[in-house]
Amino acid sequence: MSFPVEVSDLSKSFKSGARSIQALENVNFKLSRGQVTGLIGPDGAGKTTLMRVLCGLFPIDTGEVKVLGLNATTDAEEVQSKVSYMPQRFGLYEDLSVQENLDLYADLKGLAVEKRAECYQTLMHLTGLAPFTDRLAGKLSGGMKQKLGLACALVVPPELLLLDEPTVGVDPVSRRELWEIVYQQVEETGMTVLLSTAYLDEAERCAEVILLHEGKVINQGSPEQFSEKLQGKTWLIESEQLTPRQLQLALSKRADVVDALIANEGVRVISGSTEVASIRKSFPSSIELKISAVTPIFEDAFISLLKKQGLHEVKTAIARHKEKTENANEVIIEVDNLQRRFGDFIAVNDVSFTVKRGEIFGLLGANGAGKSTTFRMLCGLLPLSAGELSVAGVDLRHAADQARQKVGYMAQKFSLYGNLSVIQNLRFYASAYGLFKEKQKERIEWAIEAFELGDYRQANAKELPLGYKQRLSFAVALMHEPDILFLDEPTSGVDPLARREFWARTNELAESGVTVLVTTHFMDEANYCDRLVIMASGTVLAQGTPLEMKKLAQSDSEVLPTMEEAFIYLIEQQGEDG
Amino acid sequence: MNHSFLLIIALALKEFLALLRDKSSRFVLIGPPIAQLLVFGYAANYDLDNISVAIYNEDPGIASRELVSRIEGSPNINVLYTIEKESEIRPLIDNRDVLLVMHIDSQFSANIAIGESGVVQLLLDGRNSNTAMIALNYLRDIILVLNEEWRYQNLSQAPPAIIEERAWYNENLHSQWFIITGIVGLLTLVVTLIVTALSVAREREQGTFDQLLVTPVHPFYILIGKALPGLLIGLIEGAAIIGLAVWWFDIPLRGSLFALYLGLFLFLLSAVGVGLMISAICITQQQAVLGAFLFLVPAVILSGFATPIANMPDMVQLLTWLDPLKYFLVIIRSVFLEGGGLGLLWPQFWPMVIIALLSLAMAGWLFKHRMY
Repeated sequence: MSFPVEVSDLSKSFKSGARSIQALENVNFKLSRGQVTGLIGPDGAGKTTLMRVLCGLFPIDTGEVKVLGLNATTDAEEVQSKVSYMPQRFGLYEDLSVQENLDLYADLKGLAVEKRAECYQTLMHLTGLAPFTDRLAGKLSGGMKQKLGLACALVVPPELLLLDEPTVGVDPVSRRELWEIVYQQVEETGMTVLLSTAYLDEAERCAEVILLHEGKVINQGSPEQFSEKLQGKTWLIESEQLTPRQLQLALSKRADVVDALIANEGVRVISGSTEVASIRKSFPSSIELKISAVTPIFEDAFISLLKKQGLHEVKTAIARHKEKTENANEVIIEVDNLQRRFGDFIAVNDVSFTVKRGEIFGLLGANGAGKSTTFRMLCGLLPLSAGELSVAGVDLRHAADQARQKVGYMAQKFSLYGNLSVIQNLRFYASAYGLFKEKQKERIEWAIEAFELGDYRQANAKELPLGYKQRLSFAVALMHEPDILFLDEPTSGVDPLARREFWARTNELAESGVTVLVTTHFMDEANYCDRLVIMASGTVLAQGTPLEMKKLAQSDSEVLPTMEEAFIYLIEQQGEDG
Repeated sequence: MNHSFLLIIALALKEFLALLRDKSSRFVLIGPPIAQLLVFGYAANYDLDNISVAIYNEDPGIASRELVSRIEGSPNINVLYTIEKESEIRPLIDNRDVLLVMHIDSQFSANIAIGESGVVQLLLDGRNSNTAMIALNYLRDIILVLNEEWRYQNLSQAPPAIIEERAWYNENLHSQWFIITGIVGLLTLVVTLIVTALSVAREREQGTFDQLLVTPVHPFYILIGKALPGLLIGLIEGAAIIGLAVWWFDIPLRGSLFALYLGLFLFLLSAVGVGLMISAICITQQQAVLGAFLFLVPAVILSGFATPIANMPDMVQLLTWLDPLKYFLVIIRSVFLEGGGLGLLWPQFWPMVIIALLSLAMAGWLFKHRMY
């Protein structure tokens, strides 16, 4: 029994209607004892299925799964008694208090009553939930819920802890705390942890990483082993003459560039070879490029590995070039002392900002920070409790219907008609935006072409792969060539590749003069924004350009902090002020 | 104008597709109506066809034999046992072998012959009082007829008063004729109400409503787009059940088809209005289904579908004025059985117009004020 988990030749498929979906294919791996292993992969890679197979919740087609020396399929019950599994949405009883939830799991795990007091004390201390033991679990914030879930899973320290995306949608501060709790447990009790995540920066915190893609294990190793392969191929390219967005647009179209990502004032590039002279030469001599080598990180390795898996290039020719108006500084969106109350709960308080034409403007914050509420008010979907706002000169809630013609909207959740086919959805929304006959045909052909939906014309929207659902939503939002685009968490739940694809399209739109307002809880995406506000518990913490934000948090050192570090700094500042 | 028309088509088409491309909602449109039609058409019946009877005849005379043969000859009565001892009565009734036992006194024929009353005792199973009453009525009818004949023969004198029965419109008083015509109203109401009540709630649940509200489409058009499918589906189902009533259940359709369909249209319009009101208030589909039933059950009871409105307390009778089903039931029964037309049924049409206008206006108002 040298490895706590040994998986060999595991395959698992699901039946969905007439089709069969291969969730896991020939999976082989071993977990080492007493360390944190990250299970990383895009959505739909099979992470959750693998987790559930490991704790004996799913039967398998072929192969062998050994967990703590037991067979997970035949000895499922015994495995479950030794393993703690925390699913994505942990089964907290929202109408029970924090204490009652803990009691319940202590009962379920059969923890002796006399041991409870001590155990609770450590857990409450660890999670910082001690002041909230009487609060209903349903009234906790997202981060606190996850911490309570983790505490419940740790009531009896298991030999093996399986955590399925514990940090999704959790604010950066809580994320950091969750990791600390996990590491403390690993050190104290020597438990083995398998943790799946969609955040690539978290991979670096793992001792070992298993990269899963389309049900197959692509690679396993330490994060350093992954990034080592890209040594000498990662660069930061800056230019005085071009904006980072223009630079990225130019770079991402080159065949010898694997990946180009806006970072701070420049573009972070993974080149195909260790040679960058060809990249420099491709730009006209009038443009000065400052190219400096940077250390590769796990995300670089992830992207270059997956791109090799046959991912295609993104078509970005989606924007028609608008006449750049003379008054490029014209204010398009104005928000003044916005407030929204639900009963005595204040979801959004005293939020003010302005957005200029052609800007990408970001609303950054964790789940529950009030981004979506602000957003819904801007789109006219929710009345304001107090304050004023105008979008293209009007309040959409009271404006004439034609005012909405200028606005495109993409909701957080996929919200097109699931029963309707792709083409039926496109047709309907084209009509809704007043496009009929020839014009309609033309725009639908454009949408299918630009978003590469051709293979899915007749497929029901709800059956599309996640990335295609997002493309379809994006196509619908752009159907009528809006001047202003509202994107609510467009990249939530989307894998890093689809996120890149999405941002490539958005950048291009902004370059053509479309104003984009976007919310996100991915801190690194702030780099794509021209300006942004950071929101926390309904109020604006800071606003400005990404660089200004980071400078706020910069200590004496030369190194510019990441957006996430800046965010945490701002949150902590607020805590001290309050 | 042209564009508004195309827009409404697109909106209604979207509703239809969303409804018909989904297996479970397709089933809701077809399954329950068929099941209810069968249940109500065949199972719900006020008529007693096979009254099981045992006869305990102690009298060997002519009069008693005449009575027994009349009873045996009745199409509704089935004489199962002829018994000879009083002790046999109890087990037959206790075991529900027969609904009633007729005991003819040994002096029956003799008494009749001398012009006195002969006594017939009927022992009924009173555990189901409703059925017992109906059975009693059948036997009473037979004895009544016999009485009159004997009196006529013996006294050579006509009885003082004779009841001559003629049931107009439903000549044989088939209760099926009454129930199935009612079903047309009931089923179209259920289907239309559910379809419209769920439509907005479904969109709210799936988030598509927001996506729709940010388009330049005016809420008024959205409302029309939501109303059309309910109306059309109701009309199609109504027509189908009317067809079945005529060709399958052989119920005569004697009156004006135009009046019938105008009535159906107005009725559905008010159902759509109520459905949309429910839809505008509810946030989840579950609430919408509950809301629909909250309206449906009282609407059916108050309509006089099964129990007469005249039996209701005065206050409740006032409430029935708000019930569109009440008016439609009068219309459909009148058109089918009575041969009613527009002129005769006018008093039933205008209240539905008012209900439809009010409920649709109310739905529109709620729609605007509960858009988030």
